[in-house]
Amino acid sequence: MQADLNTILPEILIALYAMLALVAAVYTGKDKLAAPITYLTAAVFLGMSAYIGLNGSDATAAFGGMFQDDAFARFAKVMILVSAAAVLVMGMGYLESRNMMKFEYPILVALSVVGMMFMVSAGDLMALYMGLELQSLALYVIAAMRRDSVRSTEAGLKYFVLGALSSGLLLYGASLVYGYAGTTLFSGIIAAAGEGLAPIGLLFGLVFVMAGLAFKVSAVPFHMWTPDVYEGSPTPVTAFFATAPKVAAMALFARVLHDAFGGVSADWSQVLALLSMLSMFLGAIAAIGQTNIKRLMAYSSIAHMGYALIGVAAGTALGVEAMLTYMAIYVTMNIGTFAFILSMERDGLPVTDISALNLYSKAEPGKALALLVLLFSLAGVPPMLGFFAKLGVWRAGVDAGLYWLVVASAVASAIGAFYYLRIVYYMYFGEEDAGSTLDKSRSPVLWIMLMGSAALMLIGVISLFGIDSAAAQAAAALVN
Amino acid sequence: MIGLEHYLTVAAVLFVIGIFGLFLNRKNVIILLMSIELILLSVNINFVAFSSYLDDMAGQVFTLFILTVAAAEAAIGLAILVVFFRNRGTIDVEDVNVMKG
Repeated sequence: MQADLNTILPEILIALYAMLALVAAVYTGKDKLAAPITYLTAAVFLGMSAYIGLNGSDATAAFGGMFQDDAFARFAKVMILVSAAAVLVMGMGYLESRNMMKFEYPILVALSVVGMMFMVSAGDLMALYMGLELQSLALYVIAAMRRDSVRSTEAGLKYFVLGALSSGLLLYGASLVYGYAGTTLFSGIIAAAGEGLAPIGLLFGLVFVMAGLAFKVSAVPFHMWTPDVYEGSPTPVTAFFATAPKVAAMALFARVLHDAFGGVSADWSQVLALLSMLSMFLGAIAAIGQTNIKRLMAYSSIAHMGYALIGVAAGTALGVEAMLTYMAIYVTMNIGTFAFILSMERDGLPVTDISALNLYSKAEPGKALALLVLLFSLAGVPPMLGFFAKLGVWRAGVDAGLYWLVVASAVASAIGAFYYLRIVYYMYFGEEDAGSTLDKSRSPVLWIMLMGSAALMLIGVISLFGIDSAAAQAAAALVN
Repeated sequence: MIGLEHYLTVAAVLFVIGIFGLFLNRKNVIILLMSIELILLSVNINFVAFSSYLDDMAGQVFTLFILTVAAAEAAIGLAILVVFFRNRGTIDVEDVNVMKG
């Protein structure tokens, strides 16, 4: 029992912290405490990620295998915690200047992060479901955080209805899997599925579980909530949606497929390959007509999830490694891009229209250059790190014999490059249009995040700071 | 004699009714919440039926978890619905359309 509790110590500590912070804020300063609590939450996240990252023991299972603490879970947790901390600090200026700095925000983020940490460590369908719901319920609330805005509440409502539907699909699949495998433990399911031909009921359950998880990673055809939720939510919340929850859902996807259904990889690999191809093409084509940068980033994230899914569809350790590296690079790029979007304002009001970037390079050449690097990287233009992320998943795809998928993804990334480059075109060669210039941003935090992320896109080509070897270890821990 | 397959059929029918309720409903959002509840309850029937058939307690434990989460989910859904109603003045599904998607 003591050993089990030690294994989930980081989760317990963050959950306790969230509850204590809630009580403390309610009984004392309420929203006056919002800023200190946000910094404290970010500090707790960073502390816990250091604890998890440095405390690299062997794989341990707690609570009879319901909770798995291995290199894979630790890699995903560090990514989740660091990106959540970065997004929390990044969004503060935006929230403060718009009088939206509520103390519930960092607390809900902390609770959803606990949910994500349980998701990536799940070793049982019950643990998976509880983690997923803890994450989702907190996210529904923060999507609707701006209570006086029609858009924000509509985003919350849409996210809630479609998220609940996806949970329902996942649960129905879980019930079938339980019925045909006779257990909810992943180790029991893989034993039931591995004996030659899996029972048809189990495969039926697998399809429902995959549909539920595809909703969470916003893969086509389960993506329809993404653009509206990204557009309607307050920008700091959108930045959060685009980073940590995507990592957690993608890691959970890989965890379920390998830990519970690793024996029938031929059955799920084709389905995933199809989801992946549809996501890449829809993300690339639907983004072309967008004028709102948050909506554009939503389609961009759909496309990126498609590329990351190539790694999962490969069904090999190399594929999982490529997927994890891809997610790490994707999260870094998105933090930088959203730092820029958060700084987009005119006369103190937030602007999300792409046309506001007309000739931005003349007003602020430094930031325009950083955004150019990030957009090239998102598009996958060779010298930037984003290209090597794609190269990684392509290598895994070729290795697994998914040639058609790799070719399709190369085509999709060429189409997708158009809308990223369109923003670059606006910034450097836009039309002369007086009166549409953006305010000069004064926030040093956003500047550091933007420049740091852009610099990483260039430096990362030389060295990934050990992320690649950590991802390889993580993949080896998952696939065996 | 009522066997496992009867329970599974009822659950499957309820599940499909729930899904159709979500997609075909054009009236108001409360019906969406009811449909979601129907989906979760059909899953519960599945779990309890399998649990009894397999003589294994895990399914019933799972059911209790689902019931608890469903209650929390309904509370959050209604809360979001109330703030949406305050801003928009309606809960018709057709009016949830400020953003086109």
